[in-house]
Amino acid sequence: MTPHSDIQLNVNSETYTVRVEPRKTLADTLREDCGLTGTHIGCEHGVCGACTVLVDGKPVRSCLMFAVQAEDHPIRTVESLALGDQLNALQQAFCDQHALQCGFCTSGFLMLITGALEKNPVMSDEEIVELVSSNLCRCTGYVNIIKAVQVVRDQHLKTVS
Amino acid sequence: MKPAGFTYHRPSSLEAALDILFEVAPDGGRIIAGGQSLVPMMALRVANPSHLVDINEIPELNSLRFDGDACIIGALTRHAQFEDTLVPAPLGALLGQVCRQIAHYPIRERGTFCGSIALADPSSEWCLVTATLDGFILARNKFKERLIPAREYFQGLMSTDLQADEMVVEVRLPLLHPSDKFGFVEFTRRAGDLAMAMALVVFNLKDGRMDNVRIGIGGAEAYPRRMELAEKLLTHQSPSESVFEAAAQAAAESLDPLVDNQTDAEFRKDLVRMVVKRALQQAHQDAPSLALSSF
Repeated sequence: MTPHSDIQLNVNSETYTVRVEPRKTLADTLREDCGLTGTHIGCEHGVCGACTVLVDGKPVRSCLMFAVQAEDHPIRTVESLALGDQLNALQQAFCDQHALQCGFCTSGFLMLITGALEKNPVMSDEEIVELVSSNLCRCTGYVNIIKAVQVVRDQHLKTVS
Repeated sequence: MKPAGFTYHRPSSLEAALDILFEVAPDGGRIIAGGQSLVPMMALRVANPSHLVDINEIPELNSLRFDGDACIIGALTRHAQFEDTLVPAPLGALLGQVCRQIAHYPIRERGTFCGSIALADPSSEWCLVTATLDGFILARNKFKERLIPAREYFQGLMSTDLQADEMVVEVRLPLLHPSDKFGFVEFTRRAGDLAMAMALVVFNLKDGRMDNVRIGIGGAEAYPRRMELAEKLLTHQSPSESVFEAAAQAAAESLDPLVDNQTDAEFRKDLVRMVVKRALQQAHQDAPSLALSSF
């Protein structure tokens, strides 16, 4: 056992003071120490993307970062998306387009897509396909996930035109 | 699937990082930049560093600059920074096209160019680029720095001239001539997978004949390198299907192929022949293409 570090994490605009070993991943820390279990853990070596969260606004695999590295870097998890019981546009599109079945991968997809849409809200269909290939979903065959992203993109296009 | 314990260091200057690295390197301490290869290796217990020196809090290392005819890539330049072309064409276009074949978007937002060079995975796209363009690696330890030519830097499977107490501070790539043409083709079974073979070719045309020909192969041998015999076959020739085929065949024949359970020597050579030929065609047509998948 290596000595623990006392760190402060800024998650969804709240400060969490946690005591962790340096080897503890951000994914495990979010779930076990911050109690934010919306972030799921699949493969634990960066392949599946289930643990994707935003760090400094960018989607990253939280299993490939140590919690000690995330100090001073704002984190957003799936818990930040809805406003109370009100789903946000992307979550509602997932619901409407049946973009999930078992739901295990969903939080990772939502954060992946949230980060990508913030960088480029008008992704082409090809860019959307390339983007969602980042994460693994074994239920949907991706078609309905792609449709959900297209819905949100098209809503954005309508509001700016 | 949990990494073993280590002591964590978070220096805020390069000098402090090199001081710590000098102290901990003999005990198996190492640098962590993006961690997109190192952390999976730690999770799988393939790598068990006793100390990690995190360079992410050293802003001066996040740099991409130009000096004369060189593009200088700092230690914290992330893969994704090459997606939005900042580097002048054609090198910028080349780096942008190659970048999109590296893993997936979230990995590219965190992984670094210099980290790929330090790890020297045989299927690293950036290692192929650095070897093909004869780039230079600036390595520094606590006391001194040295500029290592790519040809001397890559030495074997994930094995380089970098010493345990040295860090890759920057990589220097030559800015290509505006008239240089390039082609890059990578074969993977699925989008984002490691390359099973890839080729980067660069040449220019003088009076309709090819000159300054570079053909680099990655993912197929222990480390990336230029295929000089194939390059010679093209030099001073007019571009044509038959000379492209001959060069591709020569590259395949001079290969010392990596072999695994699913890839025997003949298959690997055939993949190399195919990626070289298609990269040459692409350069000739000035038409970038996406990664090839198998079917």
